[in-house]
Amino acid sequence: MEIIFVLLLLMIIGSIVALETKDLLAAVISVGAVGLILSVTFLFLAAPDIAIVQIVVEVLVLVILIRATISRDTTAVSGDREFFGMAVSIVLLVVIVIFGIRVFSDIPQFGKPIIALFRDAPSNTYISRGLKDTGAANIVTSVILDYRAYDTLGEATVLFTAILGALAILRSKARKKLKGK
Amino acid sequence: MVGMTLIVKTVARWVKSFIFLYGIYITLYGHLTPGGGFAGGVIVACSFILLILAFGKEKALKRISKALASELDSIGALMFLIIALLGIFAGGTFFINFIQKNAPGQDFHLLSAGTIILSNIAIAVKVGSSLFMVFVILAVLRVVKKGDKLEMIQTNMRGEE
Repeated sequence: MEIIFVLLLLMIIGSIVALETKDLLAAVISVGAVGLILSVTFLFLAAPDIAIVQIVVEVLVLVILIRATISRDTTAVSGDREFFGMAVSIVLLVVIVIFGIRVFSDIPQFGKPIIALFRDAPSNTYISRGLKDTGAANIVTSVILDYRAYDTLGEATVLFTAILGALAILRSKARKKLKGK
Repeated sequence: MVGMTLIVKTVARWVKSFIFLYGIYITLYGHLTPGGGFAGGVIVACSFILLILAFGKEKALKRISKALASELDSIGALMFLIIALLGIFAGGTFFINFIQKNAPGQDFHLLSAGTIILSNIAIAVKVGSSLFMVFVILAVLRVVKKGDKLEMIQTNMRGEE
């Protein structure tokens, strides 16, 4: 339990370093460190599926960020923060904290699953009948690819459309730039 | 010299097939151990990205070109949809696990869980090829004007031609 607070503290420090540093490469590396610590946190919270996805995607995104942006654009940030943007973010932060306090007072205590409160929750069915219904020993997989496969189909569609759109936009941007020249 | 130094090339030559194999293992055993199609696909894409980073574009794009990655992306998405639609014809409901309903495999064995293993493979193909394509588009290829035509060319590590 204490180790999770230490990891949380490290993540907050890493995020602040990523925000405050002037060098873009250092900022990207601290974002990567935050992601790796988040992966370790998922392991301590007994969620190895999410830990694997987190660490793998983190590495890939880090490589793409460094190769695609850092090696070709400006590598340092200069100038001060805008007052308007800072004010908006502080107001948003306060609103999120107020709602967060309301939400955290309602959800069950840390380590007490919500199915202990609601006996007829669907998660009870998944845990007790998952292996019999789907034949998958990994309950997470049996949920995301059998009970909730609609969600996964939606996710796959979102990824497909996002990559289609990203490829189209990136190419048209390059073309416009060339026409301008 | 194309790519990185001799040390990186030697290590990459040793490690690349193990990374690829680990991605396939994570995909195929997604219904038994932690992992699944998404993580496995990203690991497979990472093995090709390692090839690009270590050996340069030519060697990696000879094995899997951008057009092939684009086709694999669509094939993976279609495979997942076809598995879902087969549920209607075989079991009466969209996305029903018809293989497990009709011929259940032995629990805790590789050939169990019916359509889940097929869906994992489809998602791995889709995610792996699409993320590989994103890396190629963002980091390797650039659109330049040659005469009247726009062409995609390959750039080196610094983003120059």
